[in-house]
Amino acid sequence: IFLCVSPQQEGLDDGPDFLSEEDRGLRAVNVDLQTDATLQVDISDALSERDKVKFTVHTKSTLPNFKQNEFSVVRQHEEFIWLHDSFVENEEYAGYIIPPAPPRPDFDASREKLQKLGEGEGSMTKEEFTKMKQELEAEYLAIFKKTVAMHEVFLCRVAAHPVLRKDLNFHVFLEYNQDLSVRGKNKKEKLEDFFKNVVKSADGVLVAGVKDVDDFFEHEKTFLLEYHNRVKDSSAKSDRMIRSHKSAADDINRIASTLYTLGTQDSTDLCKFFLKVSELFEKTRKIEARVAADEDLKLADLLKYYLRESQAAKDLLYRRGRALVDYENANKALDKARAKNKDVLQAETTQQVCCQKFEKISESAKQELIDFKTRRVAAFRKNLVELAELELKHAKGNLQLLQSCLGVLKGDT
Amino acid sequence: MAASSERSPPPFPDSEEPELLEDSDEEADAFTGTSISEMDSPSPDSTRPPKDIFNEPPEDIFSDPLSNINSEPQKKVDAKIPSPSSDEAVDLFSDPLDDDSEVMSSPEVQNPMPDLLNEPVEAPKSDSSSKSSSVKKAASAEMFGDDDDEEDLFKEPPKVVTKKPQPSGPPVDVFTEVKSDVKVKPQVKDDPTDLFAEEALTAPAPKPSSGSSSSRTNGVHSEEQDLFSEATVELSLDSPCNDRKNKEAVKPSVSAPAAPVASSSSKAPSKSLEELEEEESEDKFDLNISITNPEKVGDGMNAYMAYKVSTQTSLTMFRSKTFTVRRRFSDFLGLFEKLSEKHSQNGYLIPPPPEKSILGMTKVKVGKEDPSSAEFVERRRAALERYLQRVVSHPSLLQDPDVREFLEKEELPRAVSTQALSGAGFLKMLNKATDAVSKMTIKMNEQDVWFDEKIQDVENEEQHLRKLHVMVESLVNHRKELSGNTAVFAKSVAMLGSSEDNTALSRALSQLAEVEDRIEQLHQEQASNDFFTFSELLADYIRLLGAVRGCFDQRMKAWQRWQDAENMLQKKREAEAKLLWANKPDKLQQAKDEITEWEAKVTQYEREFERISATVRKEVIRFDKEKARDFNRQVIKYLESLLHSQQQLIKYWDAFLPEAKAIV
Repeated sequence: IFLCVSPQQEGLDDGPDFLSEEDRGLRAVNVDLQTDATLQVDISDALSERDKVKFTVHTKSTLPNFKQNEFSVVRQHEEFIWLHDSFVENEEYAGYIIPPAPPRPDFDASREKLQKLGEGEGSMTKEEFTKMKQELEAEYLAIFKKTVAMHEVFLCRVAAHPVLRKDLNFHVFLEYNQDLSVRGKNKKEKLEDFFKNVVKSADGVLVAGVKDVDDFFEHEKTFLLEYHNRVKDSSAKSDRMIRSHKSAADDINRIASTLYTLGTQDSTDLCKFFLKVSELFEKTRKIEARVAADEDLKLADLLKYYLRESQAAKDLLYRRGRALVDYENANKALDKARAKNKDVLQAETTQQVCCQKFEKISESAKQELIDFKTRRVAAFRKNLVELAELELKHAKGNLQLLQSCLGVLKGDT
Repeated sequence: MAASSERSPPPFPDSEEPELLEDSDEEADAFTGTSISEMDSPSPDSTRPPKDIFNEPPEDIFSDPLSNINSEPQKKVDAKIPSPSSDEAVDLFSDPLDDDSEVMSSPEVQNPMPDLLNEPVEAPKSDSSSKSSSVKKAASAEMFGDDDDEEDLFKEPPKVVTKKPQPSGPPVDVFTEVKSDVKVKPQVKDDPTDLFAEEALTAPAPKPSSGSSSSRTNGVHSEEQDLFSEATVELSLDSPCNDRKNKEAVKPSVSAPAAPVASSSSKAPSKSLEELEEEESEDKFDLNISITNPEKVGDGMNAYMAYKVSTQTSLTMFRSKTFTVRRRFSDFLGLFEKLSEKHSQNGYLIPPPPEKSILGMTKVKVGKEDPSSAEFVERRRAALERYLQRVVSHPSLLQDPDVREFLEKEELPRAVSTQALSGAGFLKMLNKATDAVSKMTIKMNEQDVWFDEKIQDVENEEQHLRKLHVMVESLVNHRKELSGNTAVFAKSVAMLGSSEDNTALSRALSQLAEVEDRIEQLHQEQASNDFFTFSELLADYIRLLGAVRGCFDQRMKAWQRWQDAENMLQKKREAEAKLLWANKPDKLQQAKDEITEWEAKVTQYEREFERISATVRKEVIRFDKEKARDFNRQVIKYLESLLHSQQQLIKYWDAFLPEAKAIV
């Protein structure tokens, strides 16, 4: 199945409203974007093919290093990952929270469902089939849009970052209008990555155990460790909650269509009644599904984003902690060298390098962590307010539907 | 048809007159007398007019009645009405006619039925002497103790009687033509005993022939005959005499209701029997039953739940206005079995009790206070309450002494047979047995459009309700899951809030956790409403529809019995013919006796079939009405629960919004 959608295009089923809410929602996650006219990045279009998604990255800039003021390139997920990794690997950026990489597009579940639907086509009525198909398409579209938005958020974060926005790789990513010939990592590299991660996390525990001299960082460290775990937990729990909410909405949908069949088959007076109730359920089901979708956008996605962002902040603290340990070790080594009066110069240079590195990281890290908190609070505020407003809107809509339906039904009796 | 001429022989002098009278009755009733003169006067002059009159109706009569065994009565009535073409009559029956043409016609359909039911009641009393029929009638008389209708019936005869003299003059021709209505008389007549007996003995042979001959001599269209023969072929054995028999047999019932209908319509033309019925049920239903205080009695595996059954009523049939008894589950099953033993073969719809659940009950027996067994007990309590309410809201079942005993009597003998069989198991067995019967025997070719459609409808509906039930169950489960997951999420958010170092955000998150906690409660309540208000309603009606199918099966059984008797009679007749041919007069008498005996049986079974058809139809109509009422009430209740949920949601989120806005 090929599905071509631009994020700006109207949704198949849910219309522009759905889309715009979603877009706002996801951009909102990344609140702290200075609206800076010198560099604006967005994803203007996206194309979903069998195993890849092609994003059209659109840039508007007045920066002198770009040849034009406005241009677009086509990028794939792997290229985003390449850009992210290049940031992570760049020692220069050790003191910054590297914006988390967007998650890999995953349409497998949705595609599988669509395929299953095709197989089961014979066993259901035409209306049921069309309805199911529409639903799945809507679901597919929603995942697709989400994916697009996540990638966009990453670029916006980078573009808004005072240092990263000047990165050469980033500029190439934005401007070079051909394939960056980035390939995915091969097995060996993946294995290496795995070991690196194991070492890193073991080291992380070690480093985390070291008492920080700076109260601010000590505090941030304990906070982030706990916060990350809890946001991870909340994110998983919110996913489960929303999934069961969606299932319930699906049930209501199926109930509505069965009631409809009952209404069309029944020859007694009851048929009108069934039809009316079916109509109601059809509508409330849409609202319930929307409640679930909005909770997904405003709550689950927020938590998911901060799960990754807090991981990025943790990584920053790890790098700083590592630098601190290195610095302390260098100090010890220098002391030893002095005591033995051997290789003192070398030890002194090492010690100085470590000291510089540590201080540089600490300097930017402090500001980064303060910014992180500001962004987080603002993002939560925005999302929670919107969540509450949407919940209210939906509940009121539901209430109204129920009231008018009850009015009709009671009038009938 | 040749055979018919053999039989047609001599119309009995007695019978002639009665027949005439009878005609007059019918017509008198149907057309308020005016028609009689029309009818009769032409007949002496020429046979033509009457023929025409009958030609048209016969088409209807034969096509409809034969094809729909049950509905014949009403339809005949309708059919006849137009024949005289008197304006009055048309006016009177304008509704029924319309309905008839539409075939749907619920009011019309209902009218005749009660009458039909009464008919047998009355008949038996008068002709208790008549052999076979008396048995059945006695039974039926008991069953349908509707006094009012009887009165109606009796009121008419007088009318009839007065009119008799006039028509009696007319010639034999008319008579034979009119023949088809012959049987009416006995029932309506004042001295049915004789007539009836006569008929039983002698009528079969002459009447059929006369009927058929009349139709033929009248120059009935071939169409008619085709229709006729077709119908009969489908119905039963194909020999002409059988056909005639059928036709003849059909008629009595047909004509009988005709009179009552006419009477009722003339008395209160606008008032349908349906309405009457409703009034009746409303009057009767001054009876509130509630089941409360489920209580575990005993210990271990011998433990059982006892329920308090409280009744509140102003009905005089009970000794006091309020009383309570304690009953256990098997008592409820026992009541069901007693009722179905007595009434189900008559076509009554016995509300089925909830299923026996060994798993659920074992949990209750063994387990202490865990929520699932509490839910089980509540579910059962509510189901038993609904079951009992359905039983007592049935006007006929309420009259049953066992029902009264169940409600009133302090101690009930322990129901034993229910130990092994649960209500559902019993039903299943019953269904299986009847299914097997229906599969083994020739599939009944449904001649009654109403039943044909209704049986289909019920099957479809049951199927859809099952589907719906599965979905609602799934909704219940998902809602419970949602409730659980919301609770977990609420805790998680509370933790997140506690580790958040921005004070306002931390506060907002713990507020969110509280909101989610409350929402969890809402989901839980809603899940229980999904279940008790919606899902259980569907479960009830799936069970009830099963019981409705049971009624249809009972009707089919009755039909089968009739057909079997019909076949037997045919064989006996053939035997008689052979004996005649072989010229063995010694055995002839015995053969004749047997024929008479089987003729009586056929008549009896046929009546039974008609009666059961009428009962079933009445039951189903009543069921449909109750169903509509139940669904309406329950679904409204359900929607109100949803409404309440939404109101609460609004309240919670409204309170949360300022907290979210307060985040700085």
